[in-house]
Amino acid sequence: MENTTKRYWRGIEELRNDPEFVKNAHREFADSSDITDGGGTYRRDFLKMLGFGVAAVSLAACEAPVRKVIPYLNKPVDVEPGIANWYASTFTDGGEYCSVLVKTREGRPIKIEGNPQSSISQGGVGTRVHASVLSLYDNEKLRDPQKGGKKVEWTALDKEVAAGLASAQNIRIISGTILSPTTKAVIEAFKAKYPSTVHVSYDANSAYGLTQVHGGQLPAFDFSKAKVIVSLDADFLGTWIAPDEFSKQWAAGRKLSSAKGGNKEMSRHYDFSTLMTLTGANADYRGRLKPSQSGLVASTLLRLVGGSSSTADVKIEFLEKAAKDLKAAAPGTTLVVSGSNDPNVQVVVAEINRILGNYGTTIAGTSNYKQGNDAAFDGFVNDLKGGRVDAVLFYGANPVYDSPRGKEIADALSRTKLSVSFADRADETASLCQFIAPDSHYLESWGDAEPKPGFYSIVQPTISTIFNTRQAQSSLLTWAGQNADYYEFLTQNWATNILKTASKEAWNKAVYEGVFEPAKGTVAAAPAVTGDLITALGKVSGTYKASSTVMEFIPYEKVGMGTGSQANNPWLQEFPDPISKATWDNYAAISQATAKKLGVHQNDMVKLEIAGKEAIELPVLIQPGQTNDTVSVAIGYGRSKAGKAADGVGKNVFPWINSVGAEIKVTPTGSQYKWGIGQTQTHNTVMARESVLQETILAKYQENVQAGRFIPKIQTSEGAKDATDITLWNGHEKKNHSWGMVIDLNLCTGCGSCVVSCQAENNVPVVGRKEVVMRREMHWIRIDRYYSSVQPKEGESIFQELETLEIASDNPEVVFQPMLCQHCSNAPCETVCPVLATTHSNEGMNQMTYNRCIGTRYCANNCPYKVRRFNWFKYFDEDRFPYNFNNDLGKMVINPEVTVRSRGVMEKCSFCVQRIQATKLAAKRERRRPYANEVQVACSQSCSTGAIIFGDMNNPESEISQVLAVEQQGRAFHMLEEINVLPQISYLTKIRNKDAADSQAPHKEEEHKENEHKHPKSHV
Amino acid sequence: MSHVSAVVRPPLVTGGKSYHDITEDVCRQVEGKPTASWKIVFGISTIVLLLGTASVFWTWWDGLGNWGLNKTVGWAWDITNFVWWVGIGHAGTLISAILLLFRQKWRTSVNRAAEAMTIFAVICAASFILMHAGRAWLAYWCIPFPNTYGSIWVNFNSPLVWDVFAISTYFSVSCLFWYVGLIPDLATIRDRAKNKVSKYIYGLLSMGWNGNTKTWFRYEYVSLILAGISTPLVLSVHTIVSFDFATSVIPGWHTTIFPPYFVAGAIFSGFAMVNNLLLIIRWTFKLQDYITIEHIETMNKIITVTGSIVGIAYITEFFIAAYSGVEYESYAFINRAFGPYWWAYWAMMSCNVITPQFFWVRSIRRSITWTFALSVVVNIGMWFERFVIIVTSLHRDYIPSSWAMFSPTIIDIGDYVFTFGLFFFLFLLFAKYLPVINMAEVKGVMKSSSERFPYKVKPNTKKPGEHVTE
Repeated sequence: MENTTKRYWRGIEELRNDPEFVKNAHREFADSSDITDGGGTYRRDFLKMLGFGVAAVSLAACEAPVRKVIPYLNKPVDVEPGIANWYASTFTDGGEYCSVLVKTREGRPIKIEGNPQSSISQGGVGTRVHASVLSLYDNEKLRDPQKGGKKVEWTALDKEVAAGLASAQNIRIISGTILSPTTKAVIEAFKAKYPSTVHVSYDANSAYGLTQVHGGQLPAFDFSKAKVIVSLDADFLGTWIAPDEFSKQWAAGRKLSSAKGGNKEMSRHYDFSTLMTLTGANADYRGRLKPSQSGLVASTLLRLVGGSSSTADVKIEFLEKAAKDLKAAAPGTTLVVSGSNDPNVQVVVAEINRILGNYGTTIAGTSNYKQGNDAAFDGFVNDLKGGRVDAVLFYGANPVYDSPRGKEIADALSRTKLSVSFADRADETASLCQFIAPDSHYLESWGDAEPKPGFYSIVQPTISTIFNTRQAQSSLLTWAGQNADYYEFLTQNWATNILKTASKEAWNKAVYEGVFEPAKGTVAAAPAVTGDLITALGKVSGTYKASSTVMEFIPYEKVGMGTGSQANNPWLQEFPDPISKATWDNYAAISQATAKKLGVHQNDMVKLEIAGKEAIELPVLIQPGQTNDTVSVAIGYGRSKAGKAADGVGKNVFPWINSVGAEIKVTPTGSQYKWGIGQTQTHNTVMARESVLQETILAKYQENVQAGRFIPKIQTSEGAKDATDITLWNGHEKKNHSWGMVIDLNLCTGCGSCVVSCQAENNVPVVGRKEVVMRREMHWIRIDRYYSSVQPKEGESIFQELETLEIASDNPEVVFQPMLCQHCSNAPCETVCPVLATTHSNEGMNQMTYNRCIGTRYCANNCPYKVRRFNWFKYFDEDRFPYNFNNDLGKMVINPEVTVRSRGVMEKCSFCVQRIQATKLAAKRERRRPYANEVQVACSQSCSTGAIIFGDMNNPESEISQVLAVEQQGRAFHMLEEINVLPQISYLTKIRNKDAADSQAPHKEEEHKENEHKHPKSHV
Repeated sequence: MSHVSAVVRPPLVTGGKSYHDITEDVCRQVEGKPTASWKIVFGISTIVLLLGTASVFWTWWDGLGNWGLNKTVGWAWDITNFVWWVGIGHAGTLISAILLLFRQKWRTSVNRAAEAMTIFAVICAASFILMHAGRAWLAYWCIPFPNTYGSIWVNFNSPLVWDVFAISTYFSVSCLFWYVGLIPDLATIRDRAKNKVSKYIYGLLSMGWNGNTKTWFRYEYVSLILAGISTPLVLSVHTIVSFDFATSVIPGWHTTIFPPYFVAGAIFSGFAMVNNLLLIIRWTFKLQDYITIEHIETMNKIITVTGSIVGIAYITEFFIAAYSGVEYESYAFINRAFGPYWWAYWAMMSCNVITPQFFWVRSIRRSITWTFALSVVVNIGMWFERFVIIVTSLHRDYIPSSWAMFSPTIIDIGDYVFTFGLFFFLFLLFAKYLPVINMAEVKGVMKSSSERFPYKVKPNTKKPGEHVTE
């Protein structure tokens, strides 16, 4: 418009500038008297009063919940409300180690991620590491130091303990494995003050047998360099020593690419074990053995690879084949590991590795994960019983619960003059001690760790101590009469012994990065082997039997629960065991055939008796793949003083931990387990559904990268068409981003760390055993685990065939398939929601609007993948779900970026939309596009093996685009492709390095042609 | 409505009734004091209703976790009961609308009760729509209404929204139809009323009906128009209910046969329910001359026809599942018959397919006892049909890892019981305070279809209910 000086008047009065007009100029109406009722009350005032009155009355009727929000008086430096801060730190729990990054919001740690700087954990994070952030907010931790179960001041405690120590002659420090070099220095300082001090380490799940034959050191393994891997009862992908580290190495040898010239070779993995473990499940070949045979399996293998062994041979399926492959492989490119705690067996295994030339290649250097000395610990118990211990300090140890002689310790503990525990709660051991000097959580502490010689990492606090706790190191220093400031001690120790410089920059850099490691390429020397082969073989021959007919016991560790140190963590309790899919329990696992023999069914209670031990009663769980005539029970359960979530869950079998292979009597009690074992999956086989699961063997894959793929066709009048070519829908535009995921079934070990990571990120509630039994667990991502079925016989009718397919075979092949919302582009859930609570984003995501959801559950019914979860109750705030969401402390772990869902609404995987938005926002602020692989969702980030790739499929530079570019003509498939829901998630076929003759997977191509008349798999 | 019928047709009104007899027989229980048996039954219904209400209250207060549902089976008894009740409602509309258009005179004695049954059944069905929502207090969001929520509209693609329209239309038209039909009879009661309260209330309800020719003319026209409107509803309502399943991707739900199959099933179960109710009314109110064996037999014939349609639909489903070659579809049906819920399937098959075939035998379809028993069996079977469709399809669908079982809780049962309490509570009130037989329309067919010409009859010396075998 042109500039103009034209002016319009509201009336002649304005032009004249009447005084009357000027007075009223601000009023909307010239004279409002004519629209009032004349009584002086204005219409608007009346309405205002009426409105206010109604609002006031209704507000008074509502009880507004009181929530304390306290603003910062002085804003701390670095804390910006709404913006997360990340700190590098280190998780250690006994010998468990993980270098981590901790996400804090307004000073609260809320999420753990892996630290990619660490060359040891390399960004991988296990279930217990993820869950450890919740243990920080455990409501059952001690608020104050205790004396005889009563609150006491630190000064009073220090005085009494120091006096007690001064008068003590035989002081013992009992601990688990201590990875921290500075803590060891503190203990040395303590010893200097109290020279009678002896430090005894033990591991709840001991590897003493292995360390014994390597000069007291735990050898370091490298599975990535092994072309043939043989594991003998060693669950190195699940629970043995350092599973996250090993998984990463193992996956390195299993990663395939369908590109021309891409890697089409993978390691071959044999597993010989009693239990169906993660390792057995992921092995290409698995042979079953009884615990009483395990030593002879090793010695037989030794003979088969060319060693001298005079022991009796055992017949184990695939053992000879394994030996053949080991021999055929180039020297130093194989690895044989054994989980046995019998040093004689370990000597035999060491000899096998020596013959195969593995020392120096796949076994190089040492690690510190297991420092327990069973003999020394036994000595301590004997001393304690004999009254030869005056004072005992328990640091990171709960031997009353988690050692085989716990009961003896409990009984003898009163004989000491002084007993102190550093436990964070009055646990089984601490509650029997005179004093509890509660240690701070690692997220509240300074510290360090040395998982492998020369590889250091730093623990830095991410929150000030929540309760009146003090680091154990400070307590020890105080009692040793030294400066109690552990931070100072730590920095000094690092400056002198580790960084070897007093430079502040070096220290800051180490803190910033979280790790301090030697230069890359440092070659570690092979660990020395001690132990005499001939003696060992003789002992093996004496201990083990080539065959046995008795029922044998074997304890094991569960992937989620471990040794039970974090048992009061509801995330871990509800974490489904990767194999059994059971939550909230341990149980007597037996094979199908054994159950039949004993005449028991799932959930029947049985009495388990081992000679000389206290009997226990547990429910039965049928475990396909377990060796017949064996009973396995997990350790880590049966806590009695850990807290609400853990107490009374399962039974404690630590007293039986050394009874591996002992004869066990199993008697059905005739009763049933109330509600039953809560399993998140109860149907074990995939029912030969090829569009759900696609797999093949390596040889076939090498011939044809699409081997094992099931490509559905639809018959039309114009001939067969691809299922996705015919559609009713118009599709959704994804102009900007198209978020998607690729899941490599070949790399997924099924460990389930993504499940806990997702739970932490997305505020997924814990629902308890009863709700899990009701099949109502809330996990947004689950790992489907399928056993191969018994193969239907020729000539069976379709009815018989389907029945047969429901039965898992005795020694099944196992596949893990992570399942989460597939973010379908033609989403069945979206069309059926009456209120548009679930809609499609223009970036390819299926979104859930909780506020709009009225809870018809139609979407969940219509979801072919059954990934939607309904809030049947007010899970986040009800007394009958007394888990982390039920108390103010536990609620501190809530991620403020994710809505906590109320009762009656549906929820599901959101592709961590809060992370996508945050990244997009950051990019926008910096005026750029998001980088290719900038967004990591919780599951993909936590995956140790890199099986889950997340990214923008519209960005050709992203990893996912590059993988799909290759694999779309190769291994990539959409689940249930024929229903044309067009998921944003692709799976890559599972490839087993197996010979065709041994494969249990249906030989699709051939069978398909032969039986086309019988199994027409295409739509008509 | 009077036109000439063949003489061979059996009479629709027996007992040599005059017009006055009809008025007397029907008005008797409206005007008299509640009988002891009515009081007892009404008392029981009220208690059942109260217990059921407690259960429903708990469901709403505490959450749907009180039902036996889970992550895999998101609907079970709730939607089973909903479809079952809606299905039952169909007979009323069919009788009042389609049979009116087809000039089936026998409908006059049964349409009033059948329509009342329809309305109460739809109320019961609607209670499950509300109950099954996780946040029932927001269920009104399913209705498209102008709002300030950021102009959020309903999802017109969703069959649940179609359901809302279908059921609410059905309910309002049924109510209208029923009420319009009641007006002349209400006027009759008004005219006969002796006390002021009754006179006032029935006067109000009869909306100034004066019985002149023009009024009758309008009455007939309105009835005809409403019949015209209702006729498509008979087909559409259950068609749309079936779309809840048919438009999904779940094997066992995703079938094109559902609309006709559901409609036939609905009429099937509705007639069975009408049979049950009328047999009770006929006996308690001594209306054997109006609801005759002929009526019962006719309805049994319809049950046989629709039951057979349903049976064929079951078999067709199986055939299509096998013929399609879709492994999920095949599995869904094999699982129905031989899976963990085989008993529900075979209960459904025997109740729905075999039972109605008994009615081929004349003596059975004319037997009161058999009719009553078999009608109950049919309704059990139809409940199982919906259970089988909903639960056995959901519990084992595509991904075997999620396969689960459903078992009902006490609250599931309590909420179902609630609707029985509600239904009988309402129906008994109706039976007591409103004429259960459409006097006006029965009188209309007297000339052609009564046993005896209704004029100039001798004073009736026979006891009511006694059969005349002249």
